[in-house]
Amino acid sequence: MIRYIIRRLLISIPILLIGSFACYVLVASAGNPLAEMRFRPGVTEADLKAAEVSLGLDKPVVVRYWNWLTDFLSGDWGQSIALGQAKTAVFPAVTDALWTTGRLVIGAELLALTLGVSVGVLAAVRQYSIFDYLATSTAFLMFSMPIFCVAVIVKNYGIQFNNVLESMGLDRWLTTAGPRPGGFTGSFGEVIFKYTGTFLLPTIALMLISFAAYSRFERASMLEILHSDFVRTARAKGISQGRVIFKHAFRNALIPVATLFSLNFGAVLSGAIITETVFGWAGMGTLLVSSVRQFDPPMLMGWLAVTATLIVLFNLIADVVYGILDPRIRLG
Amino acid sequence: MANINLASEGGVVSSAPESGSHEFDATKTRTQGQLVLRRFLRHRLAMVSFGVFVFLVLFAFLGPFIWTYDFEDVSSKSYQPMSGTHPLGTTQVGKDMLALLMRGTGYSLQIALIVAALATAIGVVFGALAGYLRGFVDTALMRLVDLLLIIPQIAVAAIVVKGFSGSWYVVALVLAAFAWMQIARITRGETLSLAQREFIEAARACGATTPRIIFRHLVPNMIGSITVNATLAVATAVLTEAALSFLGLGVQPPDTSLGVIVLENYGQFLNRPWLFWGPFIVLVALSLAVNFIGDGLRDAFDPRQTKVRA
Repeated sequence: MIRYIIRRLLISIPILLIGSFACYVLVASAGNPLAEMRFRPGVTEADLKAAEVSLGLDKPVVVRYWNWLTDFLSGDWGQSIALGQAKTAVFPAVTDALWTTGRLVIGAELLALTLGVSVGVLAAVRQYSIFDYLATSTAFLMFSMPIFCVAVIVKNYGIQFNNVLESMGLDRWLTTAGPRPGGFTGSFGEVIFKYTGTFLLPTIALMLISFAAYSRFERASMLEILHSDFVRTARAKGISQGRVIFKHAFRNALIPVATLFSLNFGAVLSGAIITETVFGWAGMGTLLVSSVRQFDPPMLMGWLAVTATLIVLFNLIADVVYGILDPRIRLG
Repeated sequence: MANINLASEGGVVSSAPESGSHEFDATKTRTQGQLVLRRFLRHRLAMVSFGVFVFLVLFAFLGPFIWTYDFEDVSSKSYQPMSGTHPLGTTQVGKDMLALLMRGTGYSLQIALIVAALATAIGVVFGALAGYLRGFVDTALMRLVDLLLIIPQIAVAAIVVKGFSGSWYVVALVLAAFAWMQIARITRGETLSLAQREFIEAARACGATTPRIIFRHLVPNMIGSITVNATLAVATAVLTEAALSFLGLGVQPPDTSLGVIVLENYGQFLNRPWLFWGPFIVLVALSLAVNFIGDGLRDAFDPRQTKVRA
């Protein structure tokens, strides 16, 4: 297993190198970060040249990529160069954004997984019951639903709910515009109140979409297992229904979902980007959108490198988990 | 003989003999295409969805010729409620919502259909080549897929749209560049098993060239899954395009698409809900209809498959 992991990590290195080079070329050819400077009053040709040299833009792309790569690997991720903005270092900006997104995503994904798996198993065990039809059609509907519309709807019903609370003489509970600055303070009850108010709506919005995928997948894989020979054997041996379902079928039906869970990272990330935008969280999505708008190559490269590495890591985790859960798969 | 077997497998043996002169011709022979078409026509949900889809296409491409307002016309008053002259009201700058919706649906459809066509063409050719030739081509394809998987589509789309242009065909190209992998994987998998069969061996023994084997022998045998996945690619493309445009990273104004319309109007959710629900309903109807058509096609191509969606 250790050898397999090491080998996979070694294979990821060239993929990441080629991927980051492709990204660098893409970002470099997408535009000139100094394009706007040209139109500013009082900027001479010499200023422009000096800025170009200081950013290294006079060198060919390959050299610039090499410089970026060596800096990046030695921990110097550079500074944002967007005009008219304070110079911020890339590393803290990206890690802060990642932490914000992470807090949101982890809770939502765990909830979606638990709910999705339970609903999927129930729907499969009671196939063609009312519950099954309800669950299947809800999942299908959510699957065909644009994420941003779900987020907008959830947000606005949250606002209306707040208005109802206020008219009853209570505090507004749900936050619809970003997490509270300065963390959560106060008595235990107050912290819980603020914490749930902050996280509830974006978590629901993010959860609904993932839930659809997990419940559909779990239902399909559970149905397949319930109709397989070893389950029939278990039944024939006289094992009780509950034991067959939980000890024999459920455990095996979890394998494909576990893989989906780790492979789903890219989709979850884009879902999180949309949810963040609607709810005004300063996470990875906001960072991407703003650094594209202001055209900030160092920030974009930092963003791309972090996400690419994370995706590679999650793919590796998916394979390892698959190997652990399913002993028939021999890794090595 | 083979045709009769096929017919009974699909459960569509016509019990009523045609009032023809041949007394032994009780079972009509049908081609695969006829069988699939028959099953699809009998799939109620798929037919309803097909009707919705056709309606949306007409709405998007014929509607603008009939409707009196143009989507760029800003002469109306700002934020008018629903009325006879503006059935869906007007937007902040005084555009007629119905005209906007027609144009937006048109763009979304155009993009989605082109993405699906491109992705299917690229995916089938690459997938079949990799599965049939194996070796170097296969390895190269898989590495390319690995590479594309680690870069988030949303970021590439954002950078390309910012750097080049936000025209609808640029958005379509970026979406297609990421959508072909799914179809390539499926085509490759089916090719791997089909290529071992005797008829391919026979074709090769007769001296058929690689392109001939792929396009005349392999692809016709995979037409079912290719069609189904092309349909599902349309549904995915509709939603992805809308999401990108909603973030401001897809189609750029003054061009419009369903995502752009939602982006411009979702702030009015509480005060003027019709401005949000209009594009929302069109978007969901479009994506649901295409998904159901895909389901119907799947059942039509392979009636033995259980109706479990995964």
